Amino acid sequence: MSDNHPHTPRGSGVSTLERELRYSLPAVDPEDVRARAADAAARLSERIASDGLADISYAPVDSPFGTLHAAMTRRGLVRLAFPEESVESVLEALARQLSPRIVESPASLDPVKRELDEYFAGRRRTFEVKLDWALIAPFGRRVLRMTAAIPYGGHLSYAEVAAEAGSPRGARAAGNALGANPIPIVIPCHRVLRSGGALGGYGGGLDRKRYLLELEGALAPRLR
Amino acid sequence: MPVNPRGLTTTSRFRAQPRSTAVSPKLAAQSPRSGPRASVAGPAGPPPFQCFLDAHREDVWRFLVASVGREDADDCFQETFIAALRAYPRLRVDSNLRAWVLTIAHRKALDVYRGRARWALPVAEIAAVADGAAGQAARGMPTRRRGNASGDGEGSSSVPARDETLWEAVHELPDRQRSAVVLRFVGDLPHRDIAAAIGCSEEAARRSLHEGLTTLRREVTT
Repeated sequence: MSDNHPHTPRGSGVSTLERELRYSLPAVDPEDVRARAADAAARLSERIASDGLADISYAPVDSPFGTLHAAMTRRGLVRLAFPEESVESVLEALARQLSPRIVESPASLDPVKRELDEYFAGRRRTFEVKLDWALIAPFGRRVLRMTAAIPYGGHLSYAEVAAEAGSPRGARAAGNALGANPIPIVIPCHRVLRSGGALGGYGGGLDRKRYLLELEGALAPRLR
Repeated sequence: MPVNPRGLTTTSRFRAQPRSTAVSPKLAAQSPRSGPRASVAGPAGPPPFQCFLDAHREDVWRFLVASVGREDADDCFQETFIAALRAYPRLRVDSNLRAWVLTIAHRKALDVYRGRARWALPVAEIAAVADGAAGQAARGMPTRRRGNASGDGEGSSSVPARDETLWEAVHELPDRQRSAVVLRFVGDLPHRDIAAAIGCSEEAARRSLHEGLTTLRREVTT
């Protein structure tokens, strides 16, 4: 039988045998390996998340801004990244700051995805998903807790947020804390404006801040 | 040259190895960190697990298909990465993650072989090779054990591709030889890492590889 096979090594050279061993995995072509490995890995990641073995689960979430990436711990949503942030850098920072046990698990992020969908569709005014404040430093925590209390459609000034956070002269520091918000949209830092009503700044870009404020009816839509 | 592929000596020698999936010193941190790591991992931690999984899933899958066949590859794959996940935060960024995960996969594959030996299940899922088995028997090699050996199916199956014959022969090798061959040619690991994976000296790993190749050459190139 071996005589009529094209790969039969003559003279039993080791090199031929080694070449066969290297390249002849039975009935498995590279495309098949790729597909099956990807499928097995996807099932594994979901299993790891549902068994509670992951410290952090993440998933892409569609939005009017493009694909966001949401990450949550056992405590709650810990990070929401805008499309321009690369997934790799977001995950690496989370691995460094919290834990490297991070898996992609769309199922775990389903509630977050659903609430964001409803919010962007104008059907949700408050988020119910729990938050994990682990990435936020103490001062930022005070500022962002005040921010989280600003109702849908409302707004405060940087100075007001700073004062409420116990730092009446810290408008700039408050601005920095808002700019470092790891969970934008859900912690509505877009609801903090300049005292005169100017938009101020936004980590995700002013167009997005304007979009969110218009969505919430806090800002009249500009003529286009 | 051992003639019993699943001989007790081979198995018990492996049993004597620590069974944990903990990182072997060679593959793990080059400079072991003293003291427990704070809950906030330092900059020397491993990459996000998902990145590690994505980077190595195909190599591990290939390795497992070659080691245990397709039917068992998926279970082994899951167990391999679950074990890796448990040990994961203790790793350092300079660990050789590929060699490490293939080491774990190698242990999981051994578990499958032990299970098969215990239950005398068929070694490979590919239907039997009538002439190959006969040829082996004629050369004094152990006849392949087929759990479903009712006899009739074997003769009627079409002649398998040479590749399948080769890989069945690989599956028939004694544990250490099979491990060395698969780690080398599918895992593409250097002798040093093969030795660390099997838990033997580099010289012994070289020898096992050589013995495995010798056996294979005798079996498939006559």
